[in-house]
Amino acid sequence: MGAQMKYYYELTISCSPHVHAPVTTRTIMGDVLIALVPALAASVYHFGLRALVVTLFSMAACVLFEWGWCRLMKKPDHTHDRSALVTGMLLAFVCPPTIPYWVLIVGDFFAIVIVKMLFGGIGRNVVNPALAGRAFLMSWPVAMSTWVLPGWDNAPGLFDTTDAVTAATPLAAMHQGLLPEASVLELFLGRTGGCVGETCALALLLGFLYLLIRKVISPRIPLAYIGTVALLALLFPQGNDPVRWMAAQVLSGGLLLGAIFMATDYVTSPVTALGQIVYGIGCGVLTIMIRYFGGYNEGVSYAILVMNCCVVLLDRLGHPTRFGAPGKEGKSV
Amino acid sequence: MAWSFFGGIRPKEHKEYTCDFPIRDFPEPDILVVPLFQHIGVPCQPLVKKGDLVTVGQKIGDGDGLCVPVHAPVSGKVRAVEMRAHTCGANRMSVVIENDHQKTLCGTVVPRTREEVEALSPQELIGLIRQAGIVGMGGAAFPTYAKLSSGLGKVDTLIINACECEPYITADDRLCREMPEDIIAGAKVIMKILGLSKAHIAVESNKPQAIRALNAFLSREDGLQVDVLPAKYPQGAEKQLIQAVTGRQVPSGGLPAAVGCAVFNAATCKAICDGVYRGLPLIGRVVTVSGDIVMAPKNLMVPIGTSFNDLLEAVGHGEDPYKVLSGGPMMGIAQYDLSVPVVKGTNAVTILGHGNDLGADHPQCIRCGKCIRACPMKLMPVLMYQALRSGDVERMRRSHMMDCIECGCCAYTCPGCLPLVLGFRSGKHKIREAAAAAKSR
Repeated sequence: MGAQMKYYYELTISCSPHVHAPVTTRTIMGDVLIALVPALAASVYHFGLRALVVTLFSMAACVLFEWGWCRLMKKPDHTHDRSALVTGMLLAFVCPPTIPYWVLIVGDFFAIVIVKMLFGGIGRNVVNPALAGRAFLMSWPVAMSTWVLPGWDNAPGLFDTTDAVTAATPLAAMHQGLLPEASVLELFLGRTGGCVGETCALALLLGFLYLLIRKVISPRIPLAYIGTVALLALLFPQGNDPVRWMAAQVLSGGLLLGAIFMATDYVTSPVTALGQIVYGIGCGVLTIMIRYFGGYNEGVSYAILVMNCCVVLLDRLGHPTRFGAPGKEGKSV
Repeated sequence: MAWSFFGGIRPKEHKEYTCDFPIRDFPEPDILVVPLFQHIGVPCQPLVKKGDLVTVGQKIGDGDGLCVPVHAPVSGKVRAVEMRAHTCGANRMSVVIENDHQKTLCGTVVPRTREEVEALSPQELIGLIRQAGIVGMGGAAFPTYAKLSSGLGKVDTLIINACECEPYITADDRLCREMPEDIIAGAKVIMKILGLSKAHIAVESNKPQAIRALNAFLSREDGLQVDVLPAKYPQGAEKQLIQAVTGRQVPSGGLPAAVGCAVFNAATCKAICDGVYRGLPLIGRVVTVSGDIVMAPKNLMVPIGTSFNDLLEAVGHGEDPYKVLSGGPMMGIAQYDLSVPVVKGTNAVTILGHGNDLGADHPQCIRCGKCIRACPMKLMPVLMYQALRSGDVERMRRSHMMDCIECGCCAYTCPGCLPLVLGFRSGKHKIREAAAAAKSR
């Protein structure tokens, strides 16, 4: 028998398949981070170094909270999948550049521990952690609505933000039914007051393009969402220029950031194509409703949070007809 | 013509490792372990006992029911008839033969002329194919005679499967390049049995030389045509292949004959040619021995019963293997004991290094939906997985888990590295158990 028992290797046995695509959760999250870099660069350009510090601070806090939670609960540590980094970056992006660090930490804690980990960690949360974190931070309305004028000479200090000249956002004017002061070009380039990562449409669209090229997301949700907002703004304009009103609605506030990076969050969006389109349209309708009729100037975060809760229903839409289902025999594709 | 199917994946092919090297005869080993169970159905009963002398092609096992005989691949002495490790993972009754290297042919191995074959009736041909021990050589190892008998009068389209969509494997590619006339001769025997005037040979577009070689041996009168299909996994899966060639969908839970189709592997056609014209039973086959850590990957003509150890030694490998697979990396079976023999369904031995270790200890679904777009059966693996986790057998059944062909496209694409195929296999098992329990009540 010696001839047959020559080799002893530590062979692994497992079920097929034995090879895997190079795309994992970690690489996808890495791609999302890369896609957010142009918006971060634009933010530093407009709001100064504090934008960068706030973002890195938030990312570090999120990873720390997730790692600490896993240690505390003796659960496997998933921080290497980079999803906490994305949450941290996105939460910072939807806060004003002047946000006090301690408020940001509270938001990070809420997003990671309450919204994500208490529901079972990555893949199990019902709503988008970063948006839920922002919604929670609305408990500090002054901290969450102190906007500064763009420009390095007016950039808020790293520790003291009181010197920066504050300004209203374009959405504040539009909430009154007025066209914003900023031109469409200024809105497109982000030369307005607003949250850290939301103002520069150009940078966000670059990120969108990157995600599409890398096939991280499909364009369905962003297009359905932005298209619905644009259509409704055009149909029900305020002010004297419907086209400029529509452009202002699309380019102001967090719409692009929300539509491209938040509404497309895999975990909290539908899995079928039809479900995704309905979800995008729902987000658009709710955003316009809140902007037109709500108490807040901005409706993107609540629109997405509400639609997040509908995903379990939307997942029932648009199931493919399985191969060889009754009545399908012989049908050409 | 539809020419394609829904979903699927494009894994790295790695076929360049072996596709340009001609098939070489593997030196016959001193000891061969020939399992009596190499097909789907009833295992063979041994016809020899310890100490018997056997000759090349001598029948050493046969049985009743859905069963095909097993033959001695070499001449020599039966050392034992005992339980031995098998590629399926369990131990199976096997005939251990000590090779005398004399290559003494058995008296039953008699070639037939073309005229003699022409004179045979379909039933006689089916009998010959059974006696030659031929099974589906793409991996499933279903007895070919049974597939032919059940297809009599029902089949209007014959498809010869030379797609070979699994990464690394080039055995059928080489067969098509080097022995196209044998494959075509075998295909014509099947056409004669089924009473067909036409047949398709399906090849993926990434094998231009195989396509050229086959076309060179085909003339218009043959009724055979080469269909070039896009290179996409799982193009060679029976249901997907039928859809790509004919546009017909095999009904859920049904067989290809339900839509008038029969699919035979190219290597099976070669075996039929050997069995019918040369009188030579299935005692050897082409095996691709390849993998990412293999030093000298090869296509080898290997006697049935050769151990994986011998093959590993023949090709060499850089680092210690992480996995050794019977078959390709998408659907192959990981082996833990390398004394297992090559059987009739072993189209490849794939040796993978530790670079293929995902290290995904705690996989998580992130609901990306990539599995839905990859599934060639148009199922919703993400929802099937949720059903599986719920433990509710009825919910699993309603998620159409039984339609899963276990091709592995979903698990390959899953960024969360979920063990989807493993889960669906266990789910299917639970559904079958529940159905059996309901029946017996």
